[in-house]
Amino acid sequence: MPNISVTINGVTRSVREGITILEACQIAGVDIPTLCYHPDLSLAGNCRMCLVDVEGWRTLAVACVTPVTPNMKIRTHSKKVRHARRTVLKLLLASHNSNCPECERNKNCELQELAEKHNITINEFQTSPKPVSFEEASPGIMRDNSRCIMCTRCVRTCEELQSVAVIKSVGRSHRVKISTFLDRGLNEVPCTQCGQCINRCPTGALFETSEIRQVWEAIEDPEKFVVVQTAPAVRVGISEALGFSTARSTGKMVAAIRGLGVERVLDTDFTADLTIIEEGYELIDRLKRALVDGDETAVLPMTTSCSPGWIKFIEHKYPDLLPNVSSCKSPQQMFGALAKTYLAAKEGVDPANMVCVSIMPCTAKKYEKERPEMRSSGFKDVDYVLTTRELASMIQEAGIDFKELPEEKYDRWMGESTGAAVIFGVTGGVMEAALRTAYEVMTGQEVPFDGLNITPVRGMEGIREAALTFPDKMLNGYEFLAGKTLNVAVAHGLSNAERLMDKVRAGEVDYHFIEIMACTGGCLGGGGQPIPTNPEVRKKRAEAIYDEDAALHFRKSHANPEVQLLYAEFLKEPLGHKSHELLHTTYTPRN
Amino acid sequence: MGETRVLTSEKQPEVGAALEKALGMTAADVVFEVRESGMKGRGGAGFPVGIKWNLAGAASGADKMVICNADEGEPGTFKDRLLLEKYPHRILEGMAIAGYAIGSARGIIYLRAEYRYLVPSIMKAREELLEKKLLGRSILGGGFDFDIEMRFGAGAYVCGEETSLIESLEGKRGEPRNKPPFPVNSGYLGRPTIVNNVETFVNVPLIILNGSRWYRELGVGDDAGTKLFSVSGDVKHPGVYELPMGSTIGELLEIAGAEDVQGVQVGGASGTTITPDELDRRLSFGDLPPGGSVIVFDSSRDMMAVLNNFMEFFVHESCGQCTPCREGNLRLLDATRSVRSGEITGMEELKEFFVLADIMKIGSKCGLGQTSPNCFVDIMTKFARLSGGKGGI
Repeated sequence: MPNISVTINGVTRSVREGITILEACQIAGVDIPTLCYHPDLSLAGNCRMCLVDVEGWRTLAVACVTPVTPNMKIRTHSKKVRHARRTVLKLLLASHNSNCPECERNKNCELQELAEKHNITINEFQTSPKPVSFEEASPGIMRDNSRCIMCTRCVRTCEELQSVAVIKSVGRSHRVKISTFLDRGLNEVPCTQCGQCINRCPTGALFETSEIRQVWEAIEDPEKFVVVQTAPAVRVGISEALGFSTARSTGKMVAAIRGLGVERVLDTDFTADLTIIEEGYELIDRLKRALVDGDETAVLPMTTSCSPGWIKFIEHKYPDLLPNVSSCKSPQQMFGALAKTYLAAKEGVDPANMVCVSIMPCTAKKYEKERPEMRSSGFKDVDYVLTTRELASMIQEAGIDFKELPEEKYDRWMGESTGAAVIFGVTGGVMEAALRTAYEVMTGQEVPFDGLNITPVRGMEGIREAALTFPDKMLNGYEFLAGKTLNVAVAHGLSNAERLMDKVRAGEVDYHFIEIMACTGGCLGGGGQPIPTNPEVRKKRAEAIYDEDAALHFRKSHANPEVQLLYAEFLKEPLGHKSHELLHTTYTPRN
Repeated sequence: MGETRVLTSEKQPEVGAALEKALGMTAADVVFEVRESGMKGRGGAGFPVGIKWNLAGAASGADKMVICNADEGEPGTFKDRLLLEKYPHRILEGMAIAGYAIGSARGIIYLRAEYRYLVPSIMKAREELLEKKLLGRSILGGGFDFDIEMRFGAGAYVCGEETSLIESLEGKRGEPRNKPPFPVNSGYLGRPTIVNNVETFVNVPLIILNGSRWYRELGVGDDAGTKLFSVSGDVKHPGVYELPMGSTIGELLEIAGAEDVQGVQVGGASGTTITPDELDRRLSFGDLPPGGSVIVFDSSRDMMAVLNNFMEFFVHESCGQCTPCREGNLRLLDATRSVRSGEITGMEELKEFFVLADIMKIGSKCGLGQTSPNCFVDIMTKFARLSGGKGGI
């Protein structure tokens, strides 16, 4: 596209033809308020917040959807524009539940911020907020239509990023609302509970089903032994949730959680490493059975299973492909099952009194822990799940000065982590961790990538492919893979997962192993992570995760000494009897 | 009025004559003839028909579409129903000519749900044209194919707006699209599409047969053609009238027998409300945009009740997509009620609502929200007898 000349507020500049007025203004450093616009989504142009004046136009132009044309003269703060912005804000506020202190998104609300910025102190319009309509039934996601401004960012997220499309605009005029098929609860429709809609809601109309109260009660109960696990992506998200910039803050986070009064602070990374061992051996077993034994029950490609949103998605959309999914539980559920067996014995605690709390970047984890399969310890393996945002809120409530905290270490037995586990938090990370281990287990050598960094599976492309060729000389028992090439693929965001699985179903691709994460960017962009999310934010979090990996002493899952101890003392061997009992699971077709 | 009645004249041209003539011309010449006729879209927005066809004809893309907007939903309008009842052949013929002009083989009539009873007669007309080789494959033995199917609205006013109509045709929720792209470039299923009103298509065969100059001269001054008006309310002879475009509202009311006039709603609920002082205003896109509906209120009518009724209509019919229309109509209804109840007595208190009306006109996504405040502004300023001056930005 050639460049054209446009004038913004009297300043003429050259911009690429085809970009929108909003993009041209962003390049020019001119701020345009938006609400329905989101960089991850298609353009809706429905909130009318970004109206600007274009010379010669009868109407105002919608900056987010209107392409610039040659010699367009744009004014972003004319009298008309100022009135338009104020009117739109007043209209939205008039039908909005403005009980801000009670809202999850107080002080992190785009509507509130714009109202403040545009000095909306008096609203001449009669206020008639929509009735409060909490949805209580869904395990991960709650909705309150009284806070909804009908920007449809959630609708577009669900449809475009996730191919789930369970929420739509229903009804007309001021009675329009975002709803589901026949107005059913999100737990009664094929919602994956991924929470991506929450991350893109400009207000507090969508939020997680909170378990803060239950966790405080467990902490305050002297009978209870509260064990906390923290997921990989939380350590790069928590600082944002507390109002600081993106940073690795593992040590401070451990100190803060300990400061809340819990008994043990442990790491989901530990079971992420364990997942790599179990899943790695499962892959090798499938490869051997399929390639050597001709066993038709050994289904390839094998897909990962750590993302509960992905699991719910495949159960709904590709029930015929469930045999492709690894039988490994997610790290969160492996942790819960081991905490109430292995750890309880180590600590001499009655598992009946143990309360297992996870801190997750995820809302689907709240759903996952409720699955009936997740009780292999004899108890509910994981009792409560808090999102990164909920943890931040508890840290604030406890008056803990996060910035000034010392760096502390995780407790023992299930607190050791490797870099391989940390990168579970970013798309491609499970694949990279698995390859680091599987290659070495079978060849006796490290993966042939500089500094163990398997760059072909890294990045933010929706679907990525890579191939890894084994050497001619393999270790004993793995000769069948000598000189063979392992084809792998990575997808993040369920729409990309759908594209990939359609190809798998059609037999168009020849992969052996596929990593799928429900959320864009992987867990670092999860539905429980700090708001906002956008490509820039996700890039920073990914950098922080790779920095953490590079900084850790152990970078390969099989090198985790606590995992080694777990096998020596308790599990005995990968895919062994105890593993099957505690660490593997089954899936349910939901078509 | 004999000579001005051409659309509704007793003497109708032979079916197929215009299409046969058009097929003897180049497509570009057909578009040229229509453009030269100066006909503006008869749905109400008044976009020049020839220009629309020219853009669609020039647009790149296969499977171009001709859509007849028969979702006649503007309150007080019933002229398309008369055309659909009496001249279905001419509508289909007009669509076929349009298809030839823009290079389309497929037409759709989007019929208002309440007009479903007209389906048998329209389908019968289609059958007759198929038999006469005026529709279907190789029309009149030549290389032009064109056929027409029918689809139905579901009662949403907004689906009369062309992009909402297209969304509805695609099986989606009836909501307007962002423009650009315009339907002539990307319409039904992303194909180049023209959407024209029933009355527009009825005019087409006459323009082709009689020429653009004949059509131009039917109107008064710069206005081309004749126009159908649905007249209702406090008149002796309600009904559909055909007058030269550019006639005054007074002339129309005289024919319809309006004796006691307090106010006239011209162009439907979304049109203009005028007082008896304005009866010499012209029914023209340059003055009073004539969608077709003319509703007369005599001195016994409470104009504030009329406004209340219109605003309730818009509150009901807004699709709810964009903020100014979804929330704005509701607030204008609030203000109307406050004036009626005496809570608001002066213009000063309505200031913010006039600003709102202005923002709706220039900030709503489609014609619905851009025109729904018209009656509020007109009736409040001309009829409400409020103290104080004029509001607005």
